[in-house]
This record gives sequence, C-alpha cells and structure tokens, in this order.
Amino acid sequence: MPKADRGTALAHQAEPGTPAERAEASWQYAPAPESRDVVSIKPEYGLFIAGEFRPAANGRTFGTINPATEEPLAQVAEAGQQDVDAAVAAAREAYEQVWRPMPGSERAKYLYRIARQLQERAREFAVLESLDNGKPIRETRDVDIPLTAAHFFYYAGWADKLEYAGFGPDPRPLGVAGQVIPWNFPLLMAAWKLAPALAAGNTCVLKPAETTPLTALLLAEVCQQAGLPPGVVNIITGAGDTGAALVSHPGVNKIAFTGSTEVGKEIARAVAGTGKKLTLELGGKAANIVFDDAPIEQAVEGIVNGIFFNQGHVCCAGSRLLVQESVADTVIERLHRRLTTLRLGDPLDKNTDIGAINSSQQLAKIGELARAGEAEGAHRWSPPCQLPDKGFWFPPTVFTGVSQSHRIAREEIFGPVLSVLTFRTPDEAVTKANNTPYGLSAGIWTDKGSRILWLTRQLRAGVVWANTYNRFDPASPFGGYQESGYGREGGRHGLAAYLDA
Amino acid sequence: MAWLPTSMPEAPARLDVRKTYKLFIGGAFPRSESGRSYPVQGAAGTLLAYAAQGSRKDARDAVVAARKAFAGWSGATAYNRGQILYRVAEMLEGRAAQFAAEVAAAEGGRGARARAEVAAAIDRWVWYAGWSDKVAQVAGAANPVAGPYFNFSVPEPTGVVAIIAPATSSLLGLVSVVAPAIVTGNTVVVIASENRPLPAISLAEVLATSDLPAGVVNVLTGRTAELAPILAGHMDVNAIDLTGAGADREALERLAASNVKRVMHGNEDWAANPGTKRLMSFLEIKTVWHPAGT
Repeated sequence: MPKADRGTALAHQAEPGTPAERAEASWQYAPAPESRDVVSIKPEYGLFIAGEFRPAANGRTFGTINPATEEPLAQVAEAGQQDVDAAVAAAREAYEQVWRPMPGSERAKYLYRIARQLQERAREFAVLESLDNGKPIRETRDVDIPLTAAHFFYYAGWADKLEYAGFGPDPRPLGVAGQVIPWNFPLLMAAWKLAPALAAGNTCVLKPAETTPLTALLLAEVCQQAGLPPGVVNIITGAGDTGAALVSHPGVNKIAFTGSTEVGKEIARAVAGTGKKLTLELGGKAANIVFDDAPIEQAVEGIVNGIFFNQGHVCCAGSRLLVQESVADTVIERLHRRLTTLRLGDPLDKNTDIGAINSSQQLAKIGELARAGEAEGAHRWSPPCQLPDKGFWFPPTVFTGVSQSHRIAREEIFGPVLSVLTFRTPDEAVTKANNTPYGLSAGIWTDKGSRILWLTRQLRAGVVWANTYNRFDPASPFGGYQESGYGREGGRHGLAAYLDA
Repeated sequence: MAWLPTSMPEAPARLDVRKTYKLFIGGAFPRSESGRSYPVQGAAGTLLAYAAQGSRKDARDAVVAARKAFAGWSGATAYNRGQILYRVAEMLEGRAAQFAAEVAAAEGGRGARARAEVAAAIDRWVWYAGWSDKVAQVAGAANPVAGPYFNFSVPEPTGVVAIIAPATSSLLGLVSVVAPAIVTGNTVVVIASENRPLPAISLAEVLATSDLPAGVVNVLTGRTAELAPILAGHMDVNAIDLTGAGADREALERLAASNVKRVMHGNEDWAANPGTKRLMSFLEIKTVWHPAGT
C-alpha cells in the first residue's frame, strides 16, 4: 500500500461549524514520510552474550514484524535455558573481573560514550523503533530516543558519585541484574534498566519484549562499538519462557521488571525466599481530573496527550477522565472536536499522531474490553476514521456514561480508549481517583494552586502531573503505589534499586 | 501452674490484683472474639499469665482499624506525630520499673539487663520522634528536569503495614520495628512475639495514653503461624515486615505477592544504632510536576 494513502486524516466528516472550522476540516496534509533508508535491518539477529552475537544454543528463532503492515522485519534468536545460563555466567565474570573493580569514573565514561552514540545515531534508532513498534516517528524522534540518551547521560554522572547519593559512605552494587522490559517504549525502557544498574556497578542481562527486540539489539551494537567490556551488558531475546528462566536463575542477584501487574505478581512469587532484590513497575489506571476552573483547551490537549500518546500503550496513561459535572458537556464536546483532527496512519509519516497497535494479541485485548464497555452500558464514540486494511489498528475511542463498576473503569486497557466519569466535589474526585488497586499516576487540571497542592497529597499515586501530563525526565523518579509496583526509576531514588541500600 | 497454691497458705494481708492481657485493636482492649487464650511462660518456666489467642477475625478487625486510622494519622502534621512519639517515650519512662520487671520475667537474665533494654526502648522512641519532620528533607528532592517545570519528590507513608515482631526481644525489638513504621504516617498491625507477648500488651497501654489516635497501632497476640498468613494475604495491607517470621518467610512472601505488598526482611542487633533502613522501608516516593510559566 503506498504510504501516501495511509495518512488518513480523521477530519473529513466533521460537523458543520463556523467557516473557519469548515476550512480547518477540509485541510489536507501531504504525505511526509521519514526515510526508511537510514536503517538496515539484518535478516537474522543473534543473542548478545559476552560481547558477541550468537545464535540460540538450540537454534530456535522467532519473527518480529512491523505491526503497521504485518511485514516481517527479521528473525531473532529465542534464548533457552542454556543461553540464559551463558548470559548470566558472562555477566558474573564481567562483574567479578572487570566492572566491580573498575573505578566509578571509568564506568561513567563508558556510559557517556553510549549516550553520545545514541545521540549520533538517533534518527536510525527512531526509524527502527517506529518500524518494530508501530509508534509514530514524531514520538520516537522527539521523545523515546532523546530521553534514552538523556537517561544514560544522567546516570553516567552518578557512577563516580555514589558515596554522595545518601545511601551511606560506601554503597555497594548487588551483582548481576536480570531485567525484563515491555514493548511500549522498547529502547527507553532498556535505558531505564541498564543506565542506573551499570552506573551503580552491576552487570546486566536484559530481556526485551518479544514483539520489539530490534532497538535493544542495535543498542548491543552500540555497546560493542563503545568498547564496553564483554559481559557487562548481555541482551537475550525471547518470550515469557526466556524471561521466567532469567527471573528464576540462581546466579542473578537483582530482578527489575516493567510490565503487567499480573506478571509482576508471578515474578514476586518466583523470587520469594531467594533474597533477590526486586523492583516492579506495573500497570495503572490513572485518573485525569478536570475541574470547572481549568483552562479547558489546555485540559483537552492534556486529556488527548494523556490517553492517546503512544496509542495508549502507556502504563501511566490517563485512562480515566474525571470531569467536574458542570463542565462535562463542554469538555466532551471539545474533546470530540479535537479527536476529529488527529491523524491515524503510517507511523513513519511525520504528521501521524496515532500509530499502530503493537500486536494482534494487544488489539484483541483492547477490542474485548471495548466490547465489554458497550455491553455494560457505556456510550462508545470514535471520530470518523478509516483504518488501514493491513496491520493492527484501533481508532481513538471515548466512552461516556461510565460508572466505577464498569470493567473499562477498573481494568488497564493499554490502548487508545478513554473512560469518562464525572464528579461534583473535590472530595468525590479524590475518592473516585483513588478507587483502584493501582497507583501509578494521576493528572489534575485546575487554575487554583491550593487545590493542586491539596489534591497531590490526597492522591495515592507515584507521579502526579498538575496542568500537564505524560512528562518524563531522567532526573524525575517514576514508579507506583500499591499494585502498580515498588521501587523508583529515575533520579537519585532510582539508584537505590541497584545498591545494597 | 505456679500461681495455684499446692497447700492452703495463709491469706495475705492484701491480695494483689492481676492483669488480664487482651488484644489492642482500634484503641480498645478486647478479648479475642474467638474466646481463646494461651498460657505464657516466663524464662524460668513459670506461668506468667494467659494471653489472648487472636483469630482470623481479630486480625481482620485490626486491619480495618488500621485502615480507618490511616487518613487521619498520615494527614497529621509531622510535628504532631513527633510530639506524640515523644510522649510515648515520656509515658514509658514513668513506667520503666514495670517494664523492666516484665522484660526480665519474659526474657530471663538479671534485672540490670532488662533495665538497659527498657532504657534503650525509651531512647529509640526519642530517636524516631525526632525523625518525623526530617525524613521528608532527607528522602525528598527537587528534581532539575530539562524543561519549564517545577518538579519535586516527597516521601509518603505506604499505608497499612503488618509487622511480625521479633520473637526474642519482647520490648526493644518490638519498639524498634513499630516506631519507624508509624513515625512517617503508616498505621500498623503488629503480631507480638508468640512466647513473650506480655510487654507488647503493656506497651499498648502506654500507646493508649500517649494521644496516639486509635487504630494507629494494633497489637495481636496469639499463634504467629496462624495470624501471619492472614495478614500476608490480606488485600488491604500494603506492606509486611517479616522480621519475626522465622521459617515461614518464603510462604508469607509468596502470599504477599497477591496485592504487590512491599516486603521487608530484618534481623538486626536491636542494641545497635538503627540507622534509617526501617524508616525508609515503608515510604512511597511521590513526584509532582507543575509547569512554570507566566
């Protein structure tokens, strides 16, 4: 399918309005595809163990595809128990022989090198991430890759300053870290795991998600080219079995996991009694709370950014809109209008707002929950929207008339689906926002400063965005309360996960 | 059964009044709803008293009481919490002789050792009282993010914390695990040492007269193996301290995964400087972003 046809604007059938609105509605974008030539994808990728790429011991591979077209991208080695053993052994040797004895100032320079190379090859990483994940190039180019480099840059500086980090005069690394990451921000999550672990003096075995292994493997190449000693970073690709083998490996001292709450609980059970240090960054069902005095246009932008950023594949997505009853109609009307201007289509098109759903399984899960929303009586709305006929797509969807007992108000959908609830008083907003076993994030939209400060105290969530949403920074700790996990990533607090503190 | 006379002695001039040791839940001292009790023996093997043998229902009631107290206690000012913890030290000091006798009866040894333990327990309340309004300055941060935002992180209490108190150190160990959890605003359900529960109940009397709001600390006595799994698997408990859990730790840790509880393992020398590890274990870091602009 030619790319020009795939950047489908959602605006064609906007309702009649003012002449200005009609002019806006008829606006057409020319295709603006980012060149794919900047990446060269190999037909096959091996596991990165002890500084070398090698096939899986049992020779097994699996395919990774472009979710926007279902086009196969590459075959990737599937690590089995033997490969996990080899990776952990390589990490152990590198830890004992090289990385732990090395002065922090030298470790720092390796991390700075990696950060710089990520910046130099940023466009290549961005295009590869968009191809393998399905997310728009605008996001990979402006968010994922710059934040990845920044994360390495930030933690590089900690490597020779650990004794000043507030964890005692001589904080020690833990040893070998086993790290399992999700598919929603593949490279960024690799950075969140590797950078603090390496800065603190640990060595790593990282398992990327099975649907998005390619940028992690390109990062392995960067590690090679940066001269990182073999075994300090090992990257083993595979699915759940590979992750389970890594988590239960007796040679691992520390487990870090980002993913679903369900798998997080399994990991906590698997780690029980082993003495391994565990940090978990799990699911969420964040409330984005809009008060009647909020700047409505800004709030609408924040709502859109909160739930439709990265197709809603965000654990901290603002998936529950709590809007004060007196402005609910206005907010929803403007939200509808704004959604008709979103552009869904080719992830490599620079004008695309909404890319592809990452996999057919995820698409099925989103569809199932959306149907449950309708079956339970909520009102479903999507902008007029033509979906490409190949690949995995789901239109931006808003449910109104949602009650707290509905599945779409309780379960993490991890897709572009917003559930709208209303409230009358600030106390009611707090009660509804906190009525969830999760506690990762929340948003507040109001012009009243004292209300922001009061609310941020009341909300049981690890990250609160006031009059903004979905902002991330390596200096800013991120992580959840309750069933959204424990431990923090980012900032000084993020070091604690990788030290004997 | 030391208190039962074997022969008919002469009646004393005045018969002393013995204490009934009960549970401490929601600021009240109920018997176990199960009606059960169990004999508590001193270090010398003599019968000291009968303690309430708490049940599943008692444990659940205690969690309800702790949850009910959480909003008020976590919302109190740090200054106020510090005042109350210091008040606990004051109350304990006034009853030091009583506690020394109870600790000596429970743990054996000479009176001097028990007195030293009581003194250390009092000082530990003072140490933690002073932390109430400092922990946020040590554990919090202003974060220099790359954008026009005011970004800061503050520690907040985790919520309801279940604690399995150390089995041997009946007062100092107990104080060392309870005080760091409540000073930051958590509320606690603590299972007292199974074999040495009496100082815990007497401590509850101190807590009840120190302006500590009802439900902030709830004390269960009974069989640890019966009570601990109920708290470890309870869906309204946010964290669990397995210090006194012994061989059951692994099974309890697995139960704790049911709602992603924070799990703490400890096995310290209670006489040593406690440091900040326990203080920091039951905190959540909350990060707030706010745009800066005109």
